[in-house]
Amino acid sequence: MENIAEIKQPGIAQGQQPASEGQLLPVQLNINGKNYLLHLEPWTSLLDALREYLDLTGTKKGCDHGQCGACTILADGKRINSCLTLAVMYDGIPLTTIEGVAEGDTLHPLQQAFIDHDAFQCGYCTPGQICSAIGMMKEGRAQSSNDIHELMSGNLCRCGAYSNIHDAIEQVMEENINPEKK
Amino acid sequence: MNASNTTNTDTSYIGRPVNRVDGVLKVTGKAQYAGEYNTSGLLHGIVICSPIPRGKITSVSTSDALKVKGVKKVFTHENVKGLPWFDLSYKDMELLPGSPFRPFYSNEILFSQQPVALVVAESLELARYASTLVRIQYETAEFETSLERNLKKGFTPRRGKTGYEKPKSRGKAERALKKADVKVEAAYFHGAEHHNPMEMFSSTVLYENDDKLTIYDKTQGVLNSQSYVTRVFGLKSKNVRVLSPFVGGAFGSGLRPQYQLFMSVLAALDLKQSVRVTLTRQQMFSFGHRPITWQKLELGANKEGRLMGISHTAISETSRFETYTENVVNWSGRLYECENVRLDYQLVPLDVNSPLDMRAPGAATGVLALECAMDELAYALNIDPLELRLKNYTEIDPAMKRAFSSKNLMDCYKQGAEHFGWEKRSYQPRSMKDGKHLIGWGMSSGMWDAMMMPARAKARLTPDGKLTVSSATADIGTGTYTIMTQIAAETLGLPLNDVTFMLGDSSFVFAPFEGGSSTAASVGTAVLYVCQNIKEEVFKLAQKIDGSPFHNTSIEKVVFANGYITSEDDPQQTIAIAEVLQRSGVKFIEEKSTDLKLKNLIKQGKYSRNTHSAVFVEVKVDEDLGMISVTRVVSAVAAGTIINPKTSRSQVLGGVIWGISMALHEDTFLDNNLGRFMNHDLAEYHIPVHADNPEIEVIFVREKDEIINPLGVKGLGEIGIIGVASAVANAVFHATGKRVREFPITLDKVF
Repeated sequence: MENIAEIKQPGIAQGQQPASEGQLLPVQLNINGKNYLLHLEPWTSLLDALREYLDLTGTKKGCDHGQCGACTILADGKRINSCLTLAVMYDGIPLTTIEGVAEGDTLHPLQQAFIDHDAFQCGYCTPGQICSAIGMMKEGRAQSSNDIHELMSGNLCRCGAYSNIHDAIEQVMEENINPEKK
Repeated sequence: MNASNTTNTDTSYIGRPVNRVDGVLKVTGKAQYAGEYNTSGLLHGIVICSPIPRGKITSVSTSDALKVKGVKKVFTHENVKGLPWFDLSYKDMELLPGSPFRPFYSNEILFSQQPVALVVAESLELARYASTLVRIQYETAEFETSLERNLKKGFTPRRGKTGYEKPKSRGKAERALKKADVKVEAAYFHGAEHHNPMEMFSSTVLYENDDKLTIYDKTQGVLNSQSYVTRVFGLKSKNVRVLSPFVGGAFGSGLRPQYQLFMSVLAALDLKQSVRVTLTRQQMFSFGHRPITWQKLELGANKEGRLMGISHTAISETSRFETYTENVVNWSGRLYECENVRLDYQLVPLDVNSPLDMRAPGAATGVLALECAMDELAYALNIDPLELRLKNYTEIDPAMKRAFSSKNLMDCYKQGAEHFGWEKRSYQPRSMKDGKHLIGWGMSSGMWDAMMMPARAKARLTPDGKLTVSSATADIGTGTYTIMTQIAAETLGLPLNDVTFMLGDSSFVFAPFEGGSSTAASVGTAVLYVCQNIKEEVFKLAQKIDGSPFHNTSIEKVVFANGYITSEDDPQQTIAIAEVLQRSGVKFIEEKSTDLKLKNLIKQGKYSRNTHSAVFVEVKVDEDLGMISVTRVVSAVAAGTIINPKTSRSQVLGGVIWGISMALHEDTFLDNNLGRFMNHDLAEYHIPVHADNPEIEVIFVREKDEIINPLGVKGLGEIGIIGVASAVANAVFHATGKRVREFPITLDKVF
């Protein structure tokens, strides 16, 4: 593997030994096409690894218990709750977070649709909603408008933007089926 | 930052559905929230909360926790000394009468989940692990948390917090109710609710030498947090900068500084290092909540359906250390014409934390009871529920005996009913069906205040034609960034992309916390004024330029649009705004809106200023299982000028979801044997999910208001929720024939 960035723990001052009860484990994470080598407590969640050690704070913590969906990311294309899994379990598996959804400055169609439909207010659940919707579309199970509502129900939005989130997803799904609709 | 419609050169932005200017940041994960500012050497704090509701801490053992390598310190009442004694030092802008809770002040426990210790370590994992090693012993004292068991122990508050209006009775309600041809009497109850914004409360304190702090805090008011920190810790304002550029929802929970702010600052000052404290979702149930409230309504009418008498009693909880008040019953004296109104608002102090403003505090509760009772009265009178509202419509505020600055509730009723198809409703309960589903149609009115608060703004125009406007206000998802940009751009006639609005920084000019639906009106007016000042300055410069076409023209005779100043009479006489600055040789033009400048304050005082709504709801109830789903909602709102129909609609959509949630989902169960909220997580505390989302139509009726402020803006944050829960409850009655008066209405209560 080339281009592996070794990450020092942000919580540790330069030159100091990483503090730990036990042994820190080396973990190699592949995120948005980049490889990172981390030394983590084995019980570090994937979510905390992203937010606290890699400064990829686009993935949100809303409950830390798999109850809200704010931490949804894509692991090998499948949507997962990154708070419910340990970072060490994803060694080498390609991960996509909200930071890797756009292609450079070009937004993913869903990101643009979220803006156009005003599918968020505070924006905190938004990265999870978008990753979850990308995962859902790939699953291919959503056949109707109701399916979207049902299959997105793991992602809570306290601002109540559900109507607009639904419309944004529906628009992109229709565009995928009929590209001329774009 | 991106915005739609920017290719359109028309710079009239007010009233246009432009996309959120912070949209790109939010969909790419680049919008940074309070707990997301990382820095090298950052320490992490984990809070430990009390399992008992009342008593004392008898012993604390931190030795095992401190043995963990990487643990810096465990803060408890035993080692935190030298904090101020006076209540005043801990007061915030909500100004509740009483003594604000002070973390680590003594060994006394005042409520369950009271924070009692903070473990600070070099990593989140270590802090969390070490927190499990702290041993705290408690001695429980007798406690009481049940409102229902103590309804007779209520007292009438003599004064309340910011915005409290003591309810005033009028006429002779008791006699009128006795003489009424038709009378209904009913009691309503709802449990506690917790705000639960998706982002958990967090503060990141960046420490610099000599106790200089930069604090990223989750708050609805950076100045509120700054003032709290300076008073509690005896710091100078210039050494405490509080920022909150993005807030992951708040709904009132950020109106008071929460304890993670106190704790992160305490630890940073003590350890002289940067510290972050983020609460857990469980701890999001440890501070304020919408108070449990019991209400009794008596309505009397003559045979024609005109209200003769209204009696509204509300008994609500507060803590033993503060008096938390809401305007619950007042609405019953203001929504309909009625000469005899008896209002009674009482509080019962219990061993709980102080309640806290939660979206439409008071009105969400009071209007719920009033509007359910109005539905009951309509059925007692055998008339249509909408017709009953129309019969008792009032053009003036009957409580204040004065006109409204504007009131177009009538069009809300008319357009709402038309879009919903209300005339097709069959009156009798249980008379509409769809297969095995009973269909119910219910409606309700809504009312909220249209507040103007003192606020200021600062603006700077540079020779590249870019305008930056700032104010210490907030955007908690409401769209402040966007609508302020629109107001500024339109006022100066600049393209949206050339205007940047900045907020959430205590170093900016004064704005109150974002609450009570006051920001669009208050800060919006300040932005308008400051941009008008800039405009005048630009024009003065334009007149002085060599060969200026405007030497003999007054500012009234020119138009600022599309980045140009143009003569009204001769469109050939035009000059780019940027060019004016360039040719004048100025580096920039800067203006602050002079203090408040509420030009028509006295005039405003002669009018009642309110927003109104009419909500129509369809529910389907499974006849066998009692499962209730809301399938359709039409919400018609009268809130003056709508600056941005897109973001405004989103606010009302959210309000509708909140109302449905209040009616059918939300309830924090208080176990009175333990004095503790039991379902303190998002799996057991139910809020609507995607699958609960009905078809929602939002209508903004035309309402011109020339009194409230020059923009005619009234605010939208609260009005969207008010009346929704009552409309749902009334629809459930219409579907099932059963009146459920205890909220939330769950399937076990329906049959």
